[in-house]
Amino acid sequence: MKIKILVLTIFYLIGSFNLTYAANSEKVDQISKNLRCLICQGQSVYDSQSDFALSMKILIQNKISEGKNDEQIYDFLKSKYGEWIVYDPEINKNTVLLWVLPLILFVFGAILIIRKVSIK
Amino acid sequence: MVKNIKLIAVVFLLIVSFFILLKGLNKTNNYSPKLNSSKIDFNFKAKFLYSDEESTLYELINDKDFSIINIWASWCLPCREEHSFLLNLKSLEKFNIIGINYKDNEINAKKFIKELGNPYSKIIVDPSGVNSIELGAYGVPETILINNNSKTILKKYIGPLDDKKLAELKMIIENEN
Repeated sequence: MKIKILVLTIFYLIGSFNLTYAANSEKVDQISKNLRCLICQGQSVYDSQSDFALSMKILIQNKISEGKNDEQIYDFLKSKYGEWIVYDPEINKNTVLLWVLPLILFVFGAILIIRKVSIK
Repeated sequence: MVKNIKLIAVVFLLIVSFFILLKGLNKTNNYSPKLNSSKIDFNFKAKFLYSDEESTLYELINDKDFSIINIWASWCLPCREEHSFLLNLKSLEKFNIIGINYKDNEINAKKFIKELGNPYSKIIVDPSGVNSIELGAYGVPETILINNNSKTILKKYIGPLDDKKLAELKMIIENEN
């Protein structure tokens, strides 16, 4: 009986360790998909196997085990590498066109359609 | 009338996108970051190449007015090219040159230093590359000029040093003094 309990506890410990590890690496994947690999054009850190990206993934892993949340990790990297490292651009005077242009195009398209329909 | 509006709209869009793309052409492809904060916060511990002791980078940048942090590796060819510039900088005796050995084999790193000379006052190793990321580095070689008194980054060079960058470095520290 005692042996059974011991074996079960060991299995449980191994299982829970694996689970937390898996959860962590999922988190790393999730964060690194939102980061631009700065030295490889057109790839995310997640996709890249460059030295830069590999180190970045280790760093993210470390930050997560230090208990940092996503926002803190992004902010840290932004302070080191600038806004460019994240794929999601913030709204500022350089990116306002990027955010507003699709809206303008949408409204413009809607006007065209309404006109066409009402003419008929 | 409707046809006219469409034509004007298309021409207008074409003109706008032409100018946007034209502006894009003049931008350099080489991205260098605008630093939000040039304050340094290097509180990571790292091992020295020539001993088993550990230190934080913060403790290393205090003897002179300026420090140069150079990230290098023995497998990196441009590092070999820029080595003579580092030796030149060392001979000025104005800086504390700290080497960060990036993702390297320690034996090869020591061979590299033995062959080309040692411009560094201290070399720390960064086998996983994480410390370099904390410094905001892209890869090797990379050189960072630091004002030791204010603990701020004055200048960052991505890629090997050359005559032009060396002259600029010297100018910067003359202006700071």
